[in-house]
Amino acid sequence: MSTFDNPFDPDRKLQAGCACGQHQTAAEHEQATALRCDPVESEEKRYESVVASAVMRAMFPQDAARRAFLKSVGASTALAALSQFFPLQTATEVFAQTGTPEKKDLKVGFIPITCATPIIMAAPLGFYAKHGLNVEVVKTAGWAVIRDKTINKEYDAAHMLAPMPIAISLGLGANAIPFAVPAIENINGQGIVLATKHKDKRDPKDWKGLKFAIPFDYSMHNYLLRYYLAEHGLDPDTDVQLRSVPPPEMVANLRADNIDGFLAPDNICQRAIYDGVGFMHLLSKEIWDGHPCCSFAASREFITTAPNSFAALTRAIVDATAYASKAENRKQIAEAIAPANYINAPVTVLEQVLTGTYADGLGGVKTDAKRVDFDPFPWQSFAVWMLTQMKRWGQIKGDVDYKAVAEQVYLATDTRKLMTEMGLTPPAGSYKSFAVMGRNFDPAKPEDYLASFKIRKAS
Amino acid sequence: MTSSLRLRAGLVSIVLLVAFLGIWHLAVRSTAPVATMSPEYAKLMGLTATQGKSAMPGPFDVGAKLWEHLQRPFYDNGPNDKGLGIQLAYSIARVGTGYLLAVLVAIPLGFLIGTSPLLSKALDPFIQVLKPISPLAWMPLALYTIKDSSISAIFVIFICSIWPMLLNTVFGVASVRKEWINVARTLEVGTLRRAFTVILPAAAPTILTGMRISIGIAWLVIVAAEMLVGGTGIGYFVWNEWNNLSITNVIIAILLIGIVGMLLDQILARFTRMVTFPE
Repeated sequence: MSTFDNPFDPDRKLQAGCACGQHQTAAEHEQATALRCDPVESEEKRYESVVASAVMRAMFPQDAARRAFLKSVGASTALAALSQFFPLQTATEVFAQTGTPEKKDLKVGFIPITCATPIIMAAPLGFYAKHGLNVEVVKTAGWAVIRDKTINKEYDAAHMLAPMPIAISLGLGANAIPFAVPAIENINGQGIVLATKHKDKRDPKDWKGLKFAIPFDYSMHNYLLRYYLAEHGLDPDTDVQLRSVPPPEMVANLRADNIDGFLAPDNICQRAIYDGVGFMHLLSKEIWDGHPCCSFAASREFITTAPNSFAALTRAIVDATAYASKAENRKQIAEAIAPANYINAPVTVLEQVLTGTYADGLGGVKTDAKRVDFDPFPWQSFAVWMLTQMKRWGQIKGDVDYKAVAEQVYLATDTRKLMTEMGLTPPAGSYKSFAVMGRNFDPAKPEDYLASFKIRKAS
Repeated sequence: MTSSLRLRAGLVSIVLLVAFLGIWHLAVRSTAPVATMSPEYAKLMGLTATQGKSAMPGPFDVGAKLWEHLQRPFYDNGPNDKGLGIQLAYSIARVGTGYLLAVLVAIPLGFLIGTSPLLSKALDPFIQVLKPISPLAWMPLALYTIKDSSISAIFVIFICSIWPMLLNTVFGVASVRKEWINVARTLEVGTLRRAFTVILPAAAPTILTGMRISIGIAWLVIVAAEMLVGGTGIGYFVWNEWNNLSITNVIIAILLIGIVGMLLDQILARFTRMVTFPE
């Protein structure tokens, strides 16, 4: 089902093919149109359409009958007729009543990179306020600090790398404290940048002995870079040096020749190009198109003590993510998040990242509208994949109950319910298979997947 | 004679400053060859890449930016962007709190240790181990146990400024001349009165010296601590501008940190002069 599935559309294809007719299967279509959510002018409007859709579906359970009815009278007449004998207004009001937040003044931590776009933009563009919250977004110095401050309850929720809540819940590199992820911040949007002097060394097989920086050990960046190197026959633990370096220091280190390259979050990649110190070797999307990067995370404790605040926060984030997923809003967003209070970076750099028309550092201008994209649904299969990589590189020892951990940390079920209430159409399943560099990943068989890698840390 | 010496020293200072600024200005002039690039590409690139502008700002850039900051030192654009005046105030408040707490602990404790040879010997190994620990090494432990980053920063200031004061107090109290204490004793002065009228004034110059060392260290440490915990303060400002690779603002912050540090030191130096006595 596509997110913008409209039951008032008589021409929507029902089974074979997809809704728009341009794709072979509904799944493909879904991928192409994933979350093209329209920003709805007002919350009432959205609820109204949700309620109307539900009523329409209930009255005509048969698709064929509904279509015949719509064809004969037209959508607007049908809606008018519906509201004649069904109290749509009242139903909408009842539906829109969500619990009042237990706590209205919240603090949300973020790291100043474009991955945090939905979290940051929700403040200046008013998404938090729209959902009845007064949120202060606080810039934080690094991943370890954001982790500690969230654990210490200085922040109610925070921007974290997608694997971090899993690591915290498992007690890797910190005390085990149950955390949960209601929404993924961004998909794609990272890149491998090399120093300009390596511009003729484009084949990873020549990279033996080079020094690379990654932002944090428990990061998609770490796993993706290791994966990429290993697929090219390099053992990331012995053939190259990987260093954890805070993103802003990466550009300075690249300029100073301390590192040869990095797989880093964006605006840092583009910043290195902007300052003329490196070039874009590869977008992370070319390793795995649609990979998650950062997440929106909160502790279980916060979720149980303030469930309504948490739900409102998640709604605001999902709403902002939906807005950010639309290409035409990206320029406005770049301007909103560039000031010193937020990301603190040149607008040109952010625009290049968000619009996908960017200088590649070698004299060319490239365009890839999906360089970074936004899709909040926390697929549990993402969590399973991360767990396989944690195990592959020795961060987890022994047996892992992949499914249990994924379901405990990635709240796909709750988010699905919330998105349905908001009038979006989230995917029906919580697991999907995907391909990373052409290698298929089946979330049902993580151990087989893990066993298929030749290069891994000996356990 | 002294006035002409002062005049000459001032002149030399100015000459050095001008020479420094001149060399700085010359050193950062754009020298790198400019690669030819299409205008479309150039529009997406920074000045360093398009005009071969040095990544290091010149003295005029810094001056202009400093003027801009001085025009509005107290603006507040939300939690992550405040004026330099506000940031400095936050830092000074943190240093002040941590430092005063350290004074309250170190001086009475030092007094006690200094007057009792037994305590002095017993506590010595602890002090010797704790003293050389870098204050920032306490940071993760503080964050973990105190569970509040701004209190952790104050704790770090407290722990780093306590040692010089403590040791100097111990030393000052222990080395009060025996004759003076004996005189007090023959005059049958009570313990408390002896402490306040004989030992304290005698040890005051040493204690103040310890306090002066401490304030210097505290000011050094606050910048690093704020870079770690973020939020507010001049250290956070440095980090935030570093994040944006804005060397100009970093240089301005360095300048201000230096000036405030000097002022704090001068204040303590004045106090020290007030309590020194000729022997």
